[in-house]
Amino acid sequence: MDLLASLSTGTGYWNPLAWLLATVIAAVIVYLVWRRGESGYKKGTAQTTPFISGNPEPGKEMVHVRASNLYWGYLDALKGYYELIVPAHTGVVNDYVLWYLGVTAMLMIVVVVFI
Amino acid sequence: MNGFLIEHAPALLIMLPLIGAFATPFIGRVSPRIRSAWVILIMTLTTLTALLLASDVFLNGTQIYVFGAANPDLAVPLDSGGIPIRIIFTVDAMSALMQVIGAICGFAVLLYSISADRIHSGLESFYTLFLLMIAGIMGMVSTGDLFNFFVFLEILSIASAGLIAYRIDGGLAVEAALKYFVLSTIGAMVILVAIGIYYGEYNALNIAMIASRMQFTLLDQIALVLIIAALAMKCGSVPMHFWTPDAYSMAPSSITAMLVVASQASLYGLFRVVFTLYNVTLNAMTVGWIIIILGVLSMVVGVTMAIPQKNVKRLMAYHAISQTGYMLLGVGVGLAVLGNQPLMDSFGYIAMEGGIFHIINHAMYKGLLFLTAGAIFFRIGTYNLNRMGGLGHSMKYTMIFFIIGALAIAGIPPFNGFASKLMIYESVFAFNPVLAVIAMVVSILTLASFVKVFHSIFMGPKLPEYETVQEAPAPMLIGMAVLAAIVILFGLFPQAVVDGLIAPAAHALSDQSGYIAAVLGGA
Amino acid sequence: MFWNLPFIAVVALSLIGLATVVTKKNLIKIFLGINIFEAAVNLFLISLGYREGGIAPIFTSAPSTDMVMATPQALTLTSIVIGVATSALLLSFAVIIWKKYGTIDTDQIRRLRE
Repeated sequence: MDLLASLSTGTGYWNPLAWLLATVIAAVIVYLVWRRGESGYKKGTAQTTPFISGNPEPGKEMVHVRASNLYWGYLDALKGYYELIVPAHTGVVNDYVLWYLGVTAMLMIVVVVFI
Repeated sequence: MNGFLIEHAPALLIMLPLIGAFATPFIGRVSPRIRSAWVILIMTLTTLTALLLASDVFLNGTQIYVFGAANPDLAVPLDSGGIPIRIIFTVDAMSALMQVIGAICGFAVLLYSISADRIHSGLESFYTLFLLMIAGIMGMVSTGDLFNFFVFLEILSIASAGLIAYRIDGGLAVEAALKYFVLSTIGAMVILVAIGIYYGEYNALNIAMIASRMQFTLLDQIALVLIIAALAMKCGSVPMHFWTPDAYSMAPSSITAMLVVASQASLYGLFRVVFTLYNVTLNAMTVGWIIIILGVLSMVVGVTMAIPQKNVKRLMAYHAISQTGYMLLGVGVGLAVLGNQPLMDSFGYIAMEGGIFHIINHAMYKGLLFLTAGAIFFRIGTYNLNRMGGLGHSMKYTMIFFIIGALAIAGIPPFNGFASKLMIYESVFAFNPVLAVIAMVVSILTLASFVKVFHSIFMGPKLPEYETVQEAPAPMLIGMAVLAAIVILFGLFPQAVVDGLIAPAAHALSDQSGYIAAVLGGA
Repeated sequence: MFWNLPFIAVVALSLIGLATVVTKKNLIKIFLGINIFEAAVNLFLISLGYREGGIAPIFTSAPSTDMVMATPQALTLTSIVIGVATSALLLSFAVIIWKKYGTIDTDQIRRLRE
């Protein structure tokens, strides 16, 4: 068992350790570049408070973007698909059994009749 | 001593959890502390047995254990005329792999559960059912007898249903358990019909015996369909997945992590039936495509249903469906080219290895994700994503474990999900490029959905209602750390894992004559 | 034809059981449907074990060696035991759902969906 071996995937290969090494080198370079920057950050000054054009700062619970507001565009674009698929999850146990039996019947037709 | 242990390990693997389970209520009478110690002791012993057995199987090949025989490896009694009549356990590399998954997950989940479920009452029955679940999983993956498979399947589903309903939760958990159990009872009965058909045709229940006599007549085709549909339903593939989000979201989080393993035991059953019982006698292209289509449907519908979910565990449950699709896809491609040796060598084995590698990876990172969701629930008492936020300030370790799990499930290097998905992409691309493209798109959607979850749970300012929230207790973190360590290790050394565990399992699965020879002797 | 009768009964019973599960909305009736289906499966296993003129496999002073293999009977017994456990668990679910939801109509038991 060779721990350092690359993963061969038939047509290609993948070595996580080489990837990790490259990431570490890149991180070191980024750090060196970042260190050359100007250090102007001062704690406890107006620098660290949010700037909202002089308006009063809203409460913390108002600032957080909640889960239901995320991916609105994606959901709206695929509305047709979701209107089709979400109601299929009816929550009625009879329907679930019917789906199962229906799939069985369908596979039966495919395998038994068409072979 | 060691040889004796290894020889009887398959029996011990069932015996230990069963004894542990039925002794737990009595020991629980003495004191809860001793009961916890007892359950941990039993689980540790089971895990050690599984690892010992697996190491032996990977070293020396398939091991069989015949119950009640003069000698545990005497499959065919001398006076029976060549018919293996006793109940038999056949542990080949694939079974050993599944046992390792069950044992490691069970162990990590138990450590977590000791601390997380402390607040519930009636814990004696909880741990009894938990150990019965372990016994069911171990039995399903190691048995070499079809009826025995049915019995363990039922043990597993009865124990799981009881545990899903455990936190009654205003009836919601019971509703979930009801749906799960109605479906799985009907599924199990249908499997029993198929087993009856095999018995009527071949006068045997032994998998190897039936495999060696397999004709693929009309009755066999009917039995094949009955078993495929029932087990695909039990592993939650679309469009028979409806019970999965309900059951996964309402069970206690520790149990949800075990339910993932339980579905994979059903998946194992599906693969065992298709590859070992039928192998090349069936029309590999048709059945392979059936499994591929089930897999693609599961991937796409699972991930798209996950994105709008508001309950974090429901969301993860839909991702579990979607990841099951990858396994079906990988192994389905392997099945579709079965019997065609050049294609098998060029991408069939890689596809199967990818699918099987994904089984073990998924059990680890999805278990980890469900445990983090449970830790969050333990501290803030809700699964609703809309009411969460800013927990990264107070639950740093949980956040790190969540990031590891989320990156692994989305297939980001260097975690283990990437390695298995890469194998699936590249081999499936050689088979049919469209399928590979679908698989990659699904991966991107998975990442998108976990970005949403990560943002809404951990990011943002500290919310006033969660001002006093603390980090999850240490035993829960240890349970998560075990799984996270495996996720990282498998991601960093994928080829070693593939060489050591996955490739033997894939070859054992596709090698029907080897399985038959191990039980019946000769070839 | 006559010896196919049990198998025809098996198919009929299975269809009755499954149709009950799919069409009836009352939980208890659904459980009865499951039980009918279980009975059909048990009948199927038992019919498989029938051999004309076969006797019980007890070798002590047996009148003939034309014996019945005892496996299907053992399977059926196991399956009946499992069926009892299943019914008990299902009924206990119905009891809790009745207590918490106040209904056993499956159209009302759908708080978990989507």
